[in-house]
Amino acid sequence: MVLGGDEPTGSLVRPYAVTRGRTRPQLEIALEALVETTARGRSGQFLGGREQKVIVDLCGGRLQSLAEIAARMEVPLGVARVLVADMAADGLLAVHEPTGFDADGGDESVGTELLERVLSGLRRL
Amino acid sequence: MNSPEDTSRVTSAKIVIAGGFGVGKTTLVGSVSEITPLTTEAIMTSASEGVDDNNLVPDKATTTVAMDFGRITIDQDLILYLFGTPGQTRFWFMWDELVRGAIGAIVLVDTRRLADCFSVIDFFEHRKLPYLVAVNCFDGKQLHEIQDIRDALQISQEVPVLYTDARNRESTKQVLIKLVEYVLSMRRTRTVGVH
Repeated sequence: MVLGGDEPTGSLVRPYAVTRGRTRPQLEIALEALVETTARGRSGQFLGGREQKVIVDLCGGRLQSLAEIAARMEVPLGVARVLVADMAADGLLAVHEPTGFDADGGDESVGTELLERVLSGLRRL
Repeated sequence: MNSPEDTSRVTSAKIVIAGGFGVGKTTLVGSVSEITPLTTEAIMTSASEGVDDNNLVPDKATTTVAMDFGRITIDQDLILYLFGTPGQTRFWFMWDELVRGAIGAIVLVDTRRLADCFSVIDFFEHRKLPYLVAVNCFDGKQLHEIQDIRDALQISQEVPVLYTDARNRESTKQVLIKLVEYVLSMRRTRTVGVH
């Protein structure tokens, strides 16, 4: 859709062309991390290409996860991660990290409070 | 850093939906998701390290792994994602990322192919990820007793096992609620144990 026209993205070279071959992001971003366009990103003055414009538009309304950005742009997750990390470093996007629930990490009380919110949210569905 | 009045920070959480190929994971995700399930793809290279020059890995050394996922907005500032695992369990590299920080997992099973989920259950137990077993009942037929399934899967009595219909929103909702209740009860037990 966005990249490469009708070509299938079967090789590693083509999808990563948009990152100029870089496969390592400046920032590790979780699959479910939420991405939001900042005022700087919305201003449109600092955008460095078509992909950045697409991402800024995508995340300018409701919050989108990294996985959603990759899926909606039809690029591999790793490509989306490099693009989003670059834009976050440039202040175009804000990345909200997920709350981790690993048994041996994080603040237990924060996790419990969030779980209770998830539970009431699910009951309201 | 959040300012003092910014008490409810924007964040997300995820639940992993696992099970054998064709058991109905995407159907289950779609039954409660507010978006049509999306597919995201990850590329694995034989050289797992990033390659920073133009001499990239040739085609034959790459594998694409697809995962379907859905989304539930719990609150304006809290989004829950449901991630279906890749169909083939040989793509373990992707599972590490999927389970990292997850609330827990739902193992969706088809009683005709119980063996499909043995390796999945082993993986979750090894990673200490809380999980429950949801038995997908096609056409509402409950062919096996819960205890028989429990015995066949060799899982402990604490692990919830329940019937579900992956196509049914209410049924999926109850499975998700059960999982979160289970995770909360495990946390409470752990806290009591400390004092």
